[in-house]
Amino acid sequence: MNQLGLPILSLITYTPLVGILLILFINKENRSLIRGIAFFTAIIAFVISLPLYFYFDSSTYEMQFVEFLPWIEEFGIGYHLGIDGISLLLVLLTTFITALSILAAWAAIERHVKEFMVAMLFLETGMLGVFCSLDFFLFYVFWEVMLIPMYLIIGIWGGARRVYAAVKFFIYTMAGSVLMLIGILVLYFINHNQTGEYTFNILKYHDIILSPTLQFWLFLAFFFAFAIKVPMFPFHTWLPDAHVEAPTAGSVILAGVLLKMGTYGFLRFSLPLFPHATQEFIPLISWLSIIGIIYGALVSMVQDDIKKLVAYSSVSHLGFCMLGMFALNMQGIEGSILQMINHGLSTGALFLIVGIIYERRHTRLIADYGGISKVMPVFAAIFMIVTLSSIGLPGLNGFIGEFLILVGTFKSNPWYAVFATGGVIFAAVYMLWMFQRVMFGEITKEENKHLKDLNGRELAYMLPILIFIFWIGVYPKPFLDKMHASVEHLIEQVKYHKSITGEERREARLLNFRAPEHQSTRHQ
Amino acid sequence: MLNYIYLIPLLPLIGAIVNGLFGYRIRKGWVGFWACGSTGLSFAAAVLAFLDLLSLAPEHRIFEQVLFTWISSGDFIVEAGLQVDPLSGIMMLIVTGVGFLIHVYSIGYMGHEYGYPRYFSYLNLFMFSMLVLVLGNNFLLMFIGWEGVGLCSYLLIGYYYEKQSASDAGKKAFVMNRIGDFGFALGVMLIFVTFGSIDYTTVFSEAHEKLAAGGVIVTTITLLLFLGATGKSAQIPLYTWLPDAMEGPTPVSALIHAATMVTAGVYMVARCSALFLMAPVAMNVVAIIGAVTAIFAASIGLFQNDIKRVLAYSTVSQLGYMFLACGVGAFTAAIFHVMTHAFFKACLFLGSGSVIHALHGAKDPQDMRYMGGLKNHMPRTYWTFAISTLAIAGIFPFAGFFSKDEILYETFIGGHKVLWGIAAVAAFLTAFYMFRLVFMTFHGKSRVDHEIEHHLHESPNVMTMPLVILAFLATIGGFVGLPAVMGTNIMHEFLGPVFTSHEHAGAVHHTAELDLSRNAFIWEWILMGISLAIAISGIFLARNLYIISTDIPERLASRYQSVHRLIFNKYYIDELYDAVFVNPIKNISASFLWKIFDVKIIDGIVNDTADFFMEFGQLLRRYQTGLVRNYAFSMLFGGLVIIGYYLLK
Repeated sequence: MNQLGLPILSLITYTPLVGILLILFINKENRSLIRGIAFFTAIIAFVISLPLYFYFDSSTYEMQFVEFLPWIEEFGIGYHLGIDGISLLLVLLTTFITALSILAAWAAIERHVKEFMVAMLFLETGMLGVFCSLDFFLFYVFWEVMLIPMYLIIGIWGGARRVYAAVKFFIYTMAGSVLMLIGILVLYFINHNQTGEYTFNILKYHDIILSPTLQFWLFLAFFFAFAIKVPMFPFHTWLPDAHVEAPTAGSVILAGVLLKMGTYGFLRFSLPLFPHATQEFIPLISWLSIIGIIYGALVSMVQDDIKKLVAYSSVSHLGFCMLGMFALNMQGIEGSILQMINHGLSTGALFLIVGIIYERRHTRLIADYGGISKVMPVFAAIFMIVTLSSIGLPGLNGFIGEFLILVGTFKSNPWYAVFATGGVIFAAVYMLWMFQRVMFGEITKEENKHLKDLNGRELAYMLPILIFIFWIGVYPKPFLDKMHASVEHLIEQVKYHKSITGEERREARLLNFRAPEHQSTRHQ
Repeated sequence: MLNYIYLIPLLPLIGAIVNGLFGYRIRKGWVGFWACGSTGLSFAAAVLAFLDLLSLAPEHRIFEQVLFTWISSGDFIVEAGLQVDPLSGIMMLIVTGVGFLIHVYSIGYMGHEYGYPRYFSYLNLFMFSMLVLVLGNNFLLMFIGWEGVGLCSYLLIGYYYEKQSASDAGKKAFVMNRIGDFGFALGVMLIFVTFGSIDYTTVFSEAHEKLAAGGVIVTTITLLLFLGATGKSAQIPLYTWLPDAMEGPTPVSALIHAATMVTAGVYMVARCSALFLMAPVAMNVVAIIGAVTAIFAASIGLFQNDIKRVLAYSTVSQLGYMFLACGVGAFTAAIFHVMTHAFFKACLFLGSGSVIHALHGAKDPQDMRYMGGLKNHMPRTYWTFAISTLAIAGIFPFAGFFSKDEILYETFIGGHKVLWGIAAVAAFLTAFYMFRLVFMTFHGKSRVDHEIEHHLHESPNVMTMPLVILAFLATIGGFVGLPAVMGTNIMHEFLGPVFTSHEHAGAVHHTAELDLSRNAFIWEWILMGISLAIAISGIFLARNLYIISTDIPERLASRYQSVHRLIFNKYYIDELYDAVFVNPIKNISASFLWKIFDVKIIDGIVNDTADFFMEFGQLLRRYQTGLVRNYAFSMLFGGLVIIGYYLLK
């Protein structure tokens, strides 16, 4: 079946559902047991996702751990899972972050604990499904399924304007997805015209020949779905609202994993399926990314709400991811993928940190703090490290991703790199200024004088993130090595298209690459 | 020992980690022991490595050690490797040696401060960053150290984080440095795109094949790198953070100003001498910025009353000399001045710390207007301070004389007469304001509060011993770089191989030398005489104004009030930056970008779209009246339309 001989991806994806099943049988008053089971399930999912890393073969770009079952055969819909170097780390990030955020929600969520944990686990299944699906139909199911628990998490356990934020989040992303659905159907029928086969197999779509005009429109359809999710400027306004209202665990997952769906979508679909259009869209997307980087930083700088500040900083960080991706070279794309992971860790950690002080003071306003270092020294040290990671200090994770992106961008267009590097300056300004106002100075507010430093549980979910912050910064090789083959292949797919199109390309492809390149992945 | 050079940066890192994690759990004595011990061992390792280096033949004095592959992505492969050659060898000795003395001094100075382990942890981290910067074998590793020292300065300047001004100053240092780093990072990217590598060895050896001398690319690379240097080494236009950095504990100022951080820019330019020599435009920029900074900062130093601020501006000014030297191609002289400056400036800062320590409890223990006559109370501090002041003023035979004289000589002989003039005037100002400082602090009548005066005391040995050692070095340190007319210049012989190979290749700057070479000996004596005369007259003027007729400065200040106010307020550069950059960006971001553009326009469109559908739905709702006759009418109407369509077709 695959190198492990068992449907490992399904196991990981549905482990949370098993947890849900268990939780359903527990009395909702027994909250600590519910929390325990939810956390335990998430840990199991994380642990069984680890073999993916160790058994992953970095020498090939082919999909690995592939599973295929015919599902609705008359429409060519299959249950088709598999990961490559692009999705591997995202799967691991998902199981990692989910476990931590469940731990973070331990004390913060007191109402409807049962329902909350069910939603969290359900969300995990959805996210994992998105990263593992190789069938468009299946992908779309997971993509939409994921929205529901997130919608509930924001709408039920959120802050004062939670309903507005939840509805906005839901409808905005949904509107984008609908366009993608149309795009998928168009591809489905074109593929049928060209090959006579009805199939939703994503890998087969790589061989479809699309005219530049068609590529343009299809790219645009997918673009809206993904750009909203990323979110790229100017489709970002749902993000601050969603983040501010979401409970800590929701924000962590939203920033840590959900936003990566957009960037992942570009990498998995837009780039290889529409190579011609990809090249055409480089200037537009690059400029939008650069605007996002600088604009996000500037707007972030003047926020008085910490969560909003971090939310806008995400716009800036994700701008880097998009910019690097559309540099279409090794450094750019690898940096972009690594930056997705880094952003998940650093920004996830930032939301956890905001959650920690929010639980103590029940305010997110920067002005309500000041001098916290004095009473919470351990917290201060961790906050500092995370802040530095977020501003890309060399030696920590953020730097590696950011610098690779900038090098890649510089290679393809130095001017883009100049502007983006300028954004790096602002990152230092808004983060350090926020840190200063929250942590430094004298304690002016009476309520802040007796805040408790981190407890064991809080340390338990911060430390693993810190380990990765240092690890990726000092020795990123184990992470980058897994991507090389897949990214190289992706670049070939995109660049190859530039010189020759249509039939020529198809022939050349058959000659140059292993011809039935996806046959091997279609066994059962 | 060369095989163990990784220990040199590693030891302080271990010290930082130990104190950072466990410092609050162990006794205070151990904290100091770990911090000083790790730095001391690091210094010992550096000395041994240096001796090993000396034992090699001059042309083989380069040792590289690759530790592991750090980043590898496509053709972008960066190794974590260390490199010792004469240049990094001297630098590592300065960093670890002077750094060690500052660590020891800190035990005494910081003894009563809270957050003692935090302080030493940062201090060790500072050493680590600086050593990585100096010892790295490629540009990206240098960048780690480069931003690392920026971080440590941020942490240490903002050490008294409860004080608003301290945390402001820390942030300012970091951001100013970041602006410089922007240039540095772009420079590194351009190097990578041009050379396909960022290793020193590859880049410098292929520079002549891949780059046209004086071409756009090499000029861009060097100017970008130099932008980084202006940030780190506090040159115009990015110098404003350094005087504010005085908010940190005094030993930190010594560390930043003498051993680490600010010398990074000079080191980097010297390291990239091969590139800079190929870009005459960039060389001129470096020289001009250096000279202008030298005199500009010196002029601000004239009227400052805060003892540490005077020293801060003197650092900016002395760094200007170093860049001037680099700009005229005298890289050896620049590094020589880095070394002597490290000795006397560390001594001066630690000495000022000793003064501040003695005045503990005074209203403003750093204001020289409330000092005076301290000579008798603290003789060791006074004598070491005086020696270092003679050194910085450039009095023979103290260390500063030789290095400064060499810079002036090289500038003059290189044909940069105007720059020489500027530098000479700056030397005069330096001698003047430094002796003004000494006279105001140690001489004359005491202006100290009576309360405090009773407690005045010399600092403990743990603080004065480093002073004595540094003063000793400031006295004899210059003899390794004797001018040609006096004997052999060891510095030149040692550093020569690092620079000469390039100096010949791109000897754009030494054309004027030919005309003068016949008379070089005479010129050397003449110039030496001039600089000595300049320094001495500066001292005499200071003596006249601040010891003999102390009323003159007041009268002058009131007579030329506008000039005085302009200089006293540091030419209002900080205010200018605030008005031109900081405030507009802040205001536009807050009032326009966020509150109008983001909320009203972008989000407005999103919500308006939603509202539109809502309204549209409301409109449609009106037709769902629930009245059967309306529906029947619609059905009839629809049916008629369909039938009509087929009939008319």
